[in-house]
Amino acid sequence: MTTTRALLGSAAGLGLAAGLATAATAAELTVATVNNGDMIRMQELSSRWEEETGNTINWVVLEENTLRQRVTQDIATGGGQFDVLTIGNYEVPIWAEQDWLAPLDNLPDDYNVDDILPSIREALSVDGTLYALPFYGESAMVMYRSDLAEEAGVEIPDSPTWSEIRTAAEAMTDTESGTYGICLRGKPGWGENMAFLTAMANSYGARWFDTDWQAQFDSEEWQATLTDYLEMMNEYGPPGAAANGFNENLSLFQQGKCGIWIDATVAASFVTDPEDSQVADGVEFAQFPNREGVDNHGNWLWSWNLAIPASSEQVDVATDFITWATSQEYTQMVAEDEGWRAAPPGTRTSLYENSDYQEAAPFAEMTLQSMNAVDTQSPSVQETPYTGAQFVAIPEFQGIGTAVGQQFSAALAGQVDASQALDNAQRSTQREIDRAGYTSN
Amino acid sequence: MARAVPNSVKARNTAIAWIIAILIFFPILWTILTSFKTEGAAIADPPVFLFFDWTMENYTTVQERSDYFGHFMNSVIISVGSTVLGLAIAIPAAWAMAFVPGRQTKNVLMWMLSTKMLPPVGVLVPIYLIFRDWGLLDTRVGLVIVLTLINLPIIVWMLYTYFREIPSDILEAARMDGATLQSEVIHVLLPMAVPGIASTLLLNIILAWNEAFWTLNLVAANAAPLTAFIASYSSPEGLFYAKLSAASTMAIAPILIMGWFSQKQLVRGLTFGAVK
Repeated sequence: MTTTRALLGSAAGLGLAAGLATAATAAELTVATVNNGDMIRMQELSSRWEEETGNTINWVVLEENTLRQRVTQDIATGGGQFDVLTIGNYEVPIWAEQDWLAPLDNLPDDYNVDDILPSIREALSVDGTLYALPFYGESAMVMYRSDLAEEAGVEIPDSPTWSEIRTAAEAMTDTESGTYGICLRGKPGWGENMAFLTAMANSYGARWFDTDWQAQFDSEEWQATLTDYLEMMNEYGPPGAAANGFNENLSLFQQGKCGIWIDATVAASFVTDPEDSQVADGVEFAQFPNREGVDNHGNWLWSWNLAIPASSEQVDVATDFITWATSQEYTQMVAEDEGWRAAPPGTRTSLYENSDYQEAAPFAEMTLQSMNAVDTQSPSVQETPYTGAQFVAIPEFQGIGTAVGQQFSAALAGQVDASQALDNAQRSTQREIDRAGYTSN
Repeated sequence: MARAVPNSVKARNTAIAWIIAILIFFPILWTILTSFKTEGAAIADPPVFLFFDWTMENYTTVQERSDYFGHFMNSVIISVGSTVLGLAIAIPAAWAMAFVPGRQTKNVLMWMLSTKMLPPVGVLVPIYLIFRDWGLLDTRVGLVIVLTLINLPIIVWMLYTYFREIPSDILEAARMDGATLQSEVIHVLLPMAVPGIASTLLLNIILAWNEAFWTLNLVAANAAPLTAFIASYSSPEGLFYAKLSAASTMAIAPILIMGWFSQKQLVRGLTFGAVK
């Protein structure tokens, strides 16, 4: 009896001690993130990490642009409001060079860093050190309605040129029935129309700056890019396209009003989802187009990543959380709960080697092909003084890109002509880049 | 004697008033209707107005995913707190300016108003740094202070305008009867100014409730009010219009209901003088 009591007492004591130890080490993380399907799923599943570790997470969910401004302000001033940030591959190298992010050079052995897609890993590294872990990634590709293409008697190859896209768009357009051959972004913004137009310009052989940081909007390549974009959109695009971004085009495509939509690969899962899309069964995919003779498919690469601000006092716990949320085990967990289609795409090679995923996601192969074609170190076929993708990886690009986007959106709305828009873009870009000290002017 | 207005003119004016009212209210009505649609119906082209399958699914999802009550309580504390603090500062200030004006009173009033002409983003970084150093980031106290300061010029101006219409003879009479400054303000001035103070209070609560710039920039998880709750449903990649509409409806419902029940008081305070 005495022994039993002693054992029970010891067990209770140990339990209490363990409880106290857990309570003493339990941390509270504040995670800033954006609102989209994959992130919402992560919030729901993170309760399992909380149960496993005894830690808790406070979520701050904001719209992308608000989040970007909010976390930039906090990290630049050392506000210390967040332990984990959701940021894009545009911010990661810029912030890492400012020493704003904690280096991730001590990841657990079983994390399998080598499984991360090479283009993504390169985009998130500075001098070989990772500063963020990718949660999901995307490139851009062509999505088109095979039924309309068949009816119109056109064929879109796996790797089309812009001329082939234009011919197909023309053939698919039937304005009387409200079907437009092509839907592209027109809403102004560095992450809106300029994401698309920079990728299109890359595929035309254009570049933002030459090696002396001189703006290149007066080049033949940019003129051809903008002229072809405007002609396609004016002749075969939907009305009011200057206000259309990702969501507006997604809505049009899902309702069967677009023959071709060229945008982020992440859209593929939305347009093939029979619950939301009226054309789910008849969507085919092709690589981002290029101009004849230019070996460049746009170099569009975006990933939403989890990073830890250097100002966080809980780097170890935060590292534990972000490795959990971006691990292969997490992908498996999502697949078990909601099916392979819902797995966060575009970050790990193993996902694309998984036969279950390949079967569930008809867009998997083209997504991987598009992502592997990206070279963020050489976004254009011409030599550039910058790295990047559908953006120029310099801090000033948000302002410069948005100013140029406004000019091109105005051209699409018919307020200025293409040459005027290019002249204005050339002037404003050169002025800002001179002011920022990239040139000796 | 009031001029007789022909019935046809009355009918025309009423029709115009209704059209303007519907135009102003339509975006809110559309938001409320969208909140009862599926995501598919929310983006339908042409849009469907009333004949769709009504669903409460968006409200259920929003309730499950977010802590509505926590955000709601933060909104209540921040808006009521900043209004009460603002009135406590503004009533004596407006009294002094209205009844004991100095040579610089007009300039002081103009200076106060001029602070509203500065874009808030211009002072965001200094205020953020002050809040960081004082430990006020992501606190309700911090937001109460900043919203009080932001709305103070409007409160002072409204009360000043209102107090100016109260005849100073009445206050003088009270003073001659031996009233102290405290009892002059509490027992004579305030009872006459109740409609004006009430409308100022209501307007300030509405302004503080809807304030989105500071409430999004100075809070993270703990003190986030309903503006942050709405912002969390906006998405650039993915269609969440119906859920965003449900979150918006839930956020504006309390202030809409309060405005509905207090509209008489609000209109009376804003359009009539103190002694009319």
